[in-house]
Amino acid sequence: MFLFMVFALIAVVAALGVIVSRKPVYSALFLLLNFATLAALYIMLQAQFLAAVQVIVYAGAIVVLFLFVVMLIGGGELGQGDKVTGGQGDKVSAASAPLRLRSELGWPRIAALALAVLLLAGVGYGLITGQLHAGQGTAAAFGQGSVEAIGAALYTDYLLPFEMTSVLLLVGMVGAVVLARSEG
Amino acid sequence: MVPTSYYLILSAILFTFGVVGVLIRRNVLIIFMSVEMMLNAVNLTFAALSLHFLGLNGQIFVLMAMVVAAAEVAVGLAIVMTVVRNRDTTNIEDVNLLKG
Repeated sequence: MFLFMVFALIAVVAALGVIVSRKPVYSALFLLLNFATLAALYIMLQAQFLAAVQVIVYAGAIVVLFLFVVMLIGGGELGQGDKVTGGQGDKVSAASAPLRLRSELGWPRIAALALAVLLLAGVGYGLITGQLHAGQGTAAAFGQGSVEAIGAALYTDYLLPFEMTSVLLLVGMVGAVVLARSEG
Repeated sequence: MVPTSYYLILSAILFTFGVVGVLIRRNVLIIFMSVEMMLNAVNLTFAALSLHFLGLNGQIFVLMAMVVAAAEVAVGLAIVMTVVRNRDTTNIEDVNLLKG
């Protein structure tokens, strides 16, 4: 329970960091923290394979793709596109004023460092006390999310959807290449 | 053993933050990240309920959602790149060609 609370706190604060950071780079890195925390939660949920996929696909591929795009279109210079613009009523502009002040204090770095240390400490604590090891909880849940169980289900009951995802990925790849070609 | 409802509450909070991010931010990249956050919140729900009901369906569904999210990010970021190249902005207020 304690471990869950720690991870939940990190996930929520990281999510908050994504939506209030002024710079998209900070948002992307907070997003990475959020995804890593969710991977830890997946392990607590006996979904070891999902945790691995979460780290590889989300934290590895998707966040890196985000970072590439942020860097390509000039991450730090997005100020004018980034403002919580007017035309939203006074409530929003009033809310953005303290937000702007705090960003000048460099709070994302401090918050991110604290959260990352907390995440590391939580994972370390969970590993040492065995709370993150497989087979915690009920005996019926043992091995439920293992690679073996997922693989058996994917290649028998879910074979057609699994094969269709390959077509989806191919279409996505072709679409991305066509859209991002420089000659348009 | 953490009760399933706690995971559902956490998931709801994360989803709400995603919705708030989509609504209050004007930077298309951050809106995109918020969408990803919402997808992740739903994935957490699936995984929690998969353990709650001791079935694998939820986890398989999470895998499918991850595949869709990966394809979506690839295409979406390509669209963002195209918009930035053509209109030189990431502010969605400036992208109003389809507005009536």
